[in-house]
Amino acid sequence: MTSAFLDVDPAAFAAIAGMAIVTYATRVAGLALAGRLALRGRAEAAFEAIPPAVLTAVIAPAILLAGWPEAVAGALTALAAIRLPLIACVAVGVGAVVALRAIAGA
Amino acid sequence: MHASQSTTTRREEIRAALSDIAAPSLALVPIGVLFGAVATAEGLSAAETMLMSGFVFAGGAQFAAIEIWADPVPVAAIVFSTLLINLRHVLMSASLAPRTGAFATWQRIVGFHFLADETWALAERRAAAARLTPTYYFTMIALFFPTWLVTISTGAVLGARIGDPQTYGADFAFPALFIALIAALWKGPATGVVVAASAVAAACAAWLFGPPWHVPAGAVAGIAAAALAWRPDPLKERET
Repeated sequence: MTSAFLDVDPAAFAAIAGMAIVTYATRVAGLALAGRLALRGRAEAAFEAIPPAVLTAVIAPAILLAGWPEAVAGALTALAAIRLPLIACVAVGVGAVVALRAIAGA
Repeated sequence: MHASQSTTTRREEIRAALSDIAAPSLALVPIGVLFGAVATAEGLSAAETMLMSGFVFAGGAQFAAIEIWADPVPVAAIVFSTLLINLRHVLMSASLAPRTGAFATWQRIVGFHFLADETWALAERRAAAARLTPTYYFTMIALFFPTWLVTISTGAVLGARIGDPQTYGADFAFPALFIALIAALWKGPATGVVVAASAVAAACAAWLFGPPWHVPAGAVAGIAAAALAWRPDPLKERET
């Protein structure tokens, strides 16, 4: 961890290098697999579940364990996501959490 | 005659690519600024933020990495969550690879680094209507990729001056963005099962063991729930 503008911390560099390597691997894997990867049925369902499962796991503690303002703001954001574009949902969530934290703190 | 014809074609390819990628690039601006600002606030230096943005170039995985970023940096958890989030690229590149017949090998090897949800979707759409050319593909990237880098560096410079993100609720921007991304992936009740299983498992793991264990716990629970809940689709079965 570092806050200096141009510093690169060794652990941070390792994380970034690891991220870059696995990400590039997923992008070129398809070139080798092309035409041979035909997931069906249960395996396809499991594979398709990966993005929502991971995204949910990452934020679940910040929504469910942080307190009621975060939980309610999360629910409001989910409602907004039915209709509104990405960046508007972010505005709704951030606006809601600021207002609700003010109420909770008062 | 031949030369002028191919020049015209080339210009048309460039124009089509620019008009197709304009909207996704515009939508990227606030997301990039946000990422740069919060990454800096989480303790990444501007150099680290830019290295990650250029060499990883995957929004979802980058947001997730920042969300679980801590001191000391949980390297294994960050790399693992990146792999899981980006596994979808395997399917995307496998689907696009057979449509890159007009590409030289080096153009595939370099070009596929820039496979993001948006550029992949547009390349697939183009390939469905016409022959996908390197000119079209790399023109898209020539606008999309620099937009990502410029907006993130802007955010990183601004972020260093903004101070504590919690004051502005900026710490909640990622969770809110993720909720919107999950909603965009929604495919009915099957997704609901995945989200519910992942959320419960992740919250329990975070409560019992603390971060970053919530990521693998929730991911495995959500994926297992999808496999368990799967039932054969009678309509699809008849087709095959």
